[in-house]
Amino acid sequence: MMIDYLPLLILFVVAAVFAAIAIIMPSLIGPKNPNKMKQEPIESGMIPFTDARQRFPVQYYMVAVLFILFDIEVVFMYPWAVLLNKLKVFGLIEMGFFLLILLIGYVYVWRKGAFEWD
Amino acid sequence: MNLPHIDFSVITPELIVIATALVVMLAEFVGAHATPSPTRSHRIALIALLGLVLAALAAVAGLGRAATDIQGMLVADDLGRYLELVVLLAAALGLLLAWDYLPQFTKMHSEYYALYLLAVVGMMFMGKSTELITLFVSLEILSVALYVLTGFHRGQLAAGEAALKYFLLGAFSSAFFIYGAALLYGDTGSTHLVDIAARASGGFLTLAGLALLLVGFGFKLAVVPFHMWTPDVYQGAPTPVTAFMSVGTKAAAFVALFRVLQAAGVSYATWSLVLALLATLTMTWGNLAALRQSSLKRMLAYSSIAHAGYMLIGVTAGMQLGLSAVLFYLFAYAFMNIGAFAVVSLLERPGYHATQDATIDAARGLFARKPLLAVVMAIFLLSLAGVPPLAGFFGKLYLFNAAVQSGWIWLAIVGMINSVVSAYYYLRVTVLMFMTEADETSFLRSPLSNATGLAIAVAMVGTLLLGIFAGPWLQQLGQAALAFAGS
Amino acid sequence: MAIPLSWYLIVAAALFCIGFYGVLARRNAVAILMGVELMLNAVNINFLAFWRYVRPEEPLGQVFAIFVLAVAAAEAAVGLALIISIYRTRKTINIDNIDLLRG
Repeated sequence: MMIDYLPLLILFVVAAVFAAIAIIMPSLIGPKNPNKMKQEPIESGMIPFTDARQRFPVQYYMVAVLFILFDIEVVFMYPWAVLLNKLKVFGLIEMGFFLLILLIGYVYVWRKGAFEWD
Repeated sequence: MNLPHIDFSVITPELIVIATALVVMLAEFVGAHATPSPTRSHRIALIALLGLVLAALAAVAGLGRAATDIQGMLVADDLGRYLELVVLLAAALGLLLAWDYLPQFTKMHSEYYALYLLAVVGMMFMGKSTELITLFVSLEILSVALYVLTGFHRGQLAAGEAALKYFLLGAFSSAFFIYGAALLYGDTGSTHLVDIAARASGGFLTLAGLALLLVGFGFKLAVVPFHMWTPDVYQGAPTPVTAFMSVGTKAAAFVALFRVLQAAGVSYATWSLVLALLATLTMTWGNLAALRQSSLKRMLAYSSIAHAGYMLIGVTAGMQLGLSAVLFYLFAYAFMNIGAFAVVSLLERPGYHATQDATIDAARGLFARKPLLAVVMAIFLLSLAGVPPLAGFFGKLYLFNAAVQSGWIWLAIVGMINSVVSAYYYLRVTVLMFMTEADETSFLRSPLSNATGLAIAVAMVGTLLLGIFAGPWLQQLGQAALAFAGS
Repeated sequence: MAIPLSWYLIVAAALFCIGFYGVLARRNAVAILMGVELMLNAVNINFLAFWRYVRPEEPLGQVFAIFVLAVAAAEAAVGLALIISIYRTRKTINIDNIDLLRG
């Protein structure tokens, strides 16, 4: 019974060991010459210009909302893609309608100017 | 693998409304640089109305035909077609109310009508769903569209608040709904109602699943104790939206509830007691709370809770007797309730702070100033109270009759006592309209436009005709109900 | 199949209850929304577990889970938009302070 959980245990151990190595090894073998710049939080190589706890302009929400919607539609394409060989033309037409409706929404959003930052 | 055969004639009315919604959404961009104006709004509304009429014609054309289905997910039977007619009727009346109401507070006409039509589509699909996934998705289509419509008046604090409350509680109830669906799926390994009916174990999973589904339905139907959002949302939403959703959502959810309960099959005896208690609570609570309201819209909101309670009596009575009575009541309710909201929309001014608007005093002395309007409003209110020979009277008569015939005599008595209680607050408004002098607080805040006038006239004629031809119409609906109960 | 079905169901029920608690206990509208999302995802665990253990030959549970995800996304989009719109007019999203409508 408990032997069935062995793969799970191995997975945990491997993950833990990997994380430990990634943390310990650099401090052992990496060169160390700390300066003030290196103590800053990382922001993709840029110098951070403000604290992270600030208010974001509302445009970010706009983009985020649109992203969620169009992103989640892709989920429906995975099962469709798996079965496309069997669904053949029928599947293609169905997905065409799905995308057409999505496209109308896209045109609406575009014409409304939701993609313009200002 | 067999390709699924899809019979699109099953969903012709829905396809028409969807196509209309897409056209309406893009209609705004036709004729560039044109500023939004009432004429423009009217043009968009006209397209939407045409779509609704076409869909209704498609639904009527199907009446009496044999039931067809798509992969057991959606079914076009007479029950579904009558449900479509109720929803389309409510939608058309609500659209006429919005015709001149909408341009007074917003310039976003395309969005309003597109969302409105999508809510209609969700309701129509919901009443035709015979499978839990389609049921859930259509429920969400109508809910998400209605969340936005509720808060459509963006400048108004009450509208935003109503929309937020509706959204949070609606999403919350969806979670219960799908938990119930998941348990039923786990019990039977299927999401089709037919399979669930055949394979349900009748054990804990079945009972818990159905109970959770019932909680989800309870929220949508505004059944006490899941009604907390209703008064706030109905009061804060634009009046045409309130009028439409008070009827449309109920119609769709009641028909879907019948379909789900039929799947419950064997355990119906267990459920009817729960339903009877819910009906009692809902009627009593709705009517008692409506007694002490000062806002007309809020009073009608509580009254709509009470009416959901009356219709639950029909659900308790079961498929054979109750279903046709509930269907009849939905038609009657569509006419009289939207008619009452139409008159209320004339007594308030869009853009005004909703919580102070259209109080009961606004109806003061209406007869002296607008005699015809006062008489019409009185007819709607008396019909809601259940005074013969109006549609509302026969609706209640059939519901109580169904209850008595199926052995729920005490429930029918509770319903009658409630009708008497409710008469008090409907008559109070009527008395104010006829017996008091007008003062400076009472005046028609919105002019009576042609569209609103048409909506009121249609609602009025419907309320009277349903009263006169109640018997034949009930028989008509009874055939649809029998076909469903026998299937 | 070593792990019994009931374990998944217990985890799902626990997550559902945590989300439920969040909805009832939190006063911030966004936090309430997060509670609801947790409830929806807890149910998804149920769907997948039932699919695997009850009827693995028909992927109905998976399909339902995908639809729940899509619906949750749509609800989140609409909900966030509503919350932003309320924040702009009221400068608060604490539901205790949003109490104009009562009675």
